[in-house]
Amino acid sequence: MTQYIAAIDQGTTSSRCMIFDPSGSIISIAQQEHRQIYPKPGWVEHDATEIWTNVQQVVHDALRQKDITADQIAAIGITNQRETTLLWDRTTGEPLHNAIVWQDTRTDQLCRELGAGIGQERFRERCGLPLATYFAGPKIAWLLREHPELRARAERGDVLFGTMESWIIYKLTGGTHVTDVTNASRTMLMNINTLRWDDDILAAMDIPRAMLPEIKGSAQTYGTATGELAGVPVASALGDQQAALFGQTCFAEGEAKCTYGTGSFLLLNTGTTPVQSANGLLTTVGYQIGDQAPVYALEGAIAITGSLVQWFRDNLGLITTAPEIETLARTVDDNGGCYIVPAFSGLFAPHWRSDARGVITGLTSYITKGHLARAVLEATAWQTREVVDAMNNDSGVDLTTLKVDGGMTADNLLMQFLSDVLDVPVVRPMVAETTCLGAAYAAGLAVGYWPDIESLRANWHKAAEWHPQMEAATRDREYHNWRKAVERTLNWVEHDSR
Amino acid sequence: MPGLIQSVQRAAAILRLLATRSRPLGVAELANALGLPKTTVHGILRTLQHVGFVEQDPHSGRYRLGAALLHLGGSYLDGNELRTRALNWADALAARSGESVRIGTLHEGRVLVVHHVFRPDDSLQALDVGTLLPAHCTALGKVLLAYEPDPAGQLPTPLDAPAPAAITSPAALKRELAAVRRRGWALDAEESAPGILAVAAPIRDRRGITVGAIGVSGTVERLRAGGTLRADLVPHVRDAADSISRDLGFPDG
Ligand SMILES: Nc1ncnc2c1ncn2[C@@H]1O[C@H](COP(=O)(O)OP(=O)(O)OP(=O)(O)O)[C@@H](O)[C@H]1O
Ligand SMILES: [Mg+2]
Repeated sequence: MTQYIAAIDQGTTSSRCMIFDPSGSIISIAQQEHRQIYPKPGWVEHDATEIWTNVQQVVHDALRQKDITADQIAAIGITNQRETTLLWDRTTGEPLHNAIVWQDTRTDQLCRELGAGIGQERFRERCGLPLATYFAGPKIAWLLREHPELRARAERGDVLFGTMESWIIYKLTGGTHVTDVTNASRTMLMNINTLRWDDDILAAMDIPRAMLPEIKGSAQTYGTATGELAGVPVASALGDQQAALFGQTCFAEGEAKCTYGTGSFLLLNTGTTPVQSANGLLTTVGYQIGDQAPVYALEGAIAITGSLVQWFRDNLGLITTAPEIETLARTVDDNGGCYIVPAFSGLFAPHWRSDARGVITGLTSYITKGHLARAVLEATAWQTREVVDAMNNDSGVDLTTLKVDGGMTADNLLMQFLSDVLDVPVVRPMVAETTCLGAAYAAGLAVGYWPDIESLRANWHKAAEWHPQMEAATRDREYHNWRKAVERTLNWVEHDSR
Repeated sequence: MPGLIQSVQRAAAILRLLATRSRPLGVAELANALGLPKTTVHGILRTLQHVGFVEQDPHSGRYRLGAALLHLGGSYLDGNELRTRALNWADALAARSGESVRIGTLHEGRVLVVHHVFRPDDSLQALDVGTLLPAHCTALGKVLLAYEPDPAGQLPTPLDAPAPAAITSPAALKRELAAVRRRGWALDAEESAPGILAVAAPIRDRRGITVGAIGVSGTVERLRAGGTLRADLVPHVRDAADSISRDLGFPDG
C-alpha cells in the first residue's frame, strides 16, 4: 500500500490539510476558513476551538477525498501562522481567551513601555527581533496584565502558552506541550544563540517560565496522534514562512524565497550563524533537523499584501473574488499616477514604523477602479523591492533570481510586475503550496520517508518564470514615486492620542 | 401595450418556464403550458438554441436552458479565477505526467490559454498565457467545442490545417466532437503541429457547465513510444480535471 505524508497548515485565514506522495506531488487538499474577529480597531482575534475543529475536519476531508486511511500516513507535519498567541488551561485543555493574531496592534503602548528608554532595539541582540506588536512575547505580557487572576496559575504551570503549532500538537497528541525553534524564534523570548528561553527577557516582560512549552527541533517526532490519525507520528513543526523556505528547498546559504499570501515574507538562508540586520530585517531560525546545527535566516516581513486584495474585495466591493483583481487591473495600461501604501497596522520591514497608516496618493479625476486595482497589485511588488534592497545591503550580495510561492503567484500581472521592479527573473516552483510541502518534507525526513535533503532538492522543478521587461527609467521613476507615497504614511498616529 | 414585440415576450416565457422546471421539457409540454401552437414554440426554440440560450437533449429531444444563458449575469468564470482555483492540480498534473500543462477557455471560437505550467525538466521554456490557439485541431479546443451548444457556428470556415492530420471537414469534426463527449476526453494526434500529441479533459462547475479544459502536451517520442499512447496519460489528465471540477463544486467530480 502506498504511503503518504500529511501536512496541516494552520493559516491566518484558513486551515488546510494536504497529502503528498513520495515525489512531493499533492494527492489531496482540504481547506476550511475560520472567522476573523475584530473586537476593536487594531484588534484581530481567532477562536482557537473553532480552529481545532476545522483542523480535524480538513484532516478528515483530505483523507476521505482519496480514500486514504491513517495507516497509509507515514507521518504528519504541522505548519502555522506565526506569533498568534494563545493561553489555555492545562486541566481542561480549553482556551482561556480568543487567540491574539499577529496582525493585532493592541500591544503598541506596551511595546513602547518595554523599550524602557532604550527603544525598539532593546532585545534585538538577544532575540534577533525589534520590539513590535507583531511578536508573541508582548502579547503574553499584555494578557497577564489584563487578566491578573491568570498570573498565579501561570506560575504554577496550570496556564499554558503556545503559538498555533503548539496548540495543534497539544490537541493532536493529547497533551504534549512543545514548540519548535522556528516558532520560538518569533516570541522575542528565545535567545537566538542558545535557542533557550532567555531569563532576562522573561524577567523584563514579567512572563513566568513555567507556562512556556519545551523548545524542540523542527523535524523530529514530538508524539503520536490520537483521533482520526491515531498512531501516526507528529514529526515536524515550522512557522509557515520557514516551512516555505524548506519546501522551496533553500537549504544552502544564500538561497532565498518570498511567499505571497495574506502577508509576504522574504527569507534568506544565512547558514549556521545568526546574522544581525542593520537594515530592519529580522534574524530568525530557519529550521533545525533533528539535533543537527540550526540554520538561520534573515527575514523581510511585509504585513499587508494578499490582505490588501481582500480589503479591496470585501471593504470596497470593487471585485467579488481575489483573482478578479487581475482582470480589473488589465482594463488599464498603468497605475495612472496612483499609489496605495497599505500601512494598515503600521509599516513592517524594513521601516518598522507603528505610527504609519495607509494612504492612497496621486488621486485625480482621471483615476478609475482599474488604476486602483493596479496600485493594489503594485504595492505588493514595491514592498518586496524595499525588502530586497535591505537584504542586498545586509548580505552584501545581490539577489539574482527570486523564488516565489503562495496564493498570489497565480496572478500573472503581479508576477510580471514583480520581475520588472526587481529587475531579476521571478521563478515559481511546481508546488505553489510550499508551506504545506515544507512541513511534509520535514516530517518525512524525521521518519525516514525521504532519506536526505538531496532527495528533496531533486523534487524541485520550475513551473513558471517571468523576466524583466521594464525600462530602467520607468522603474526608477516609479520607485521614486512609491517612496514619496511611503513618506506620506509616516507620523500619522500621534502617540497617546489614538 | 403597443411597441412590444410578441415573439420576444414568448421567448421570455419559454425561458422562464425552462428555468422553473428541474427537468428538460418537450415542445408539446411547452406549447400546452403557454397555450401556443407547437410550430410557433418550435420556431422560437430553434432560434434560442441557435444563440445558445437553450440546449436540446440529444436522447430525449427535450429542451433545457443553455450554457450561453448561464454565462450571462456574471456567473461566467473569469480566466484569472480559473487559473487561481486550478493552480495546485495543474502543478500536480505536470509533476505526474512529466509534461507541460495548459488550461484553456473558449474565446471567440479559439482557445485562450489562461494557465501554463512548464514541463518539469527545468529546461528553458516561455510562459504562453494569453496566447490564442485554434480550437478544432487542439485537444483543449475539441473538449471546449464538444460541450458548446453550437460549435460549428463559432468556427472559421473553411477549417484550416496547421498540420496534415488536422480535421478540416465539418462533418468529420462533428463526429469527432461526439466521440469526445462519449469518452470524456480529447486527443490531438499531431493535428495542431507535426510531432506533438496532446490530451485534454473538461473542467466543469457547480451547474455541470464546462468552463474550461485542462491538458498535457508533448512530443510523439515521449507520449507514444512504441506506437501506443502512454497508458497513464488519460487517467492523469482526467484526475486533474475532476479534482478542479470538484473544487468548483461539480457534484460528480
Ligand atoms: N489571483 C490573485 N491575485 C491577487 N491576489 C490573490 C489572487 N489569488 C489569491 N490572492 C490573494 O492571496 C491570498 C491567499 O494566498 P494564500 O492562500 O497563499 O494565503 P495564506 O497567506 O497562505 O493564507 P493564510 O494567511 O491563511 O495562511 C489572499 O489574501 C488573496 O487575496
Ligand atoms: Mg499560509
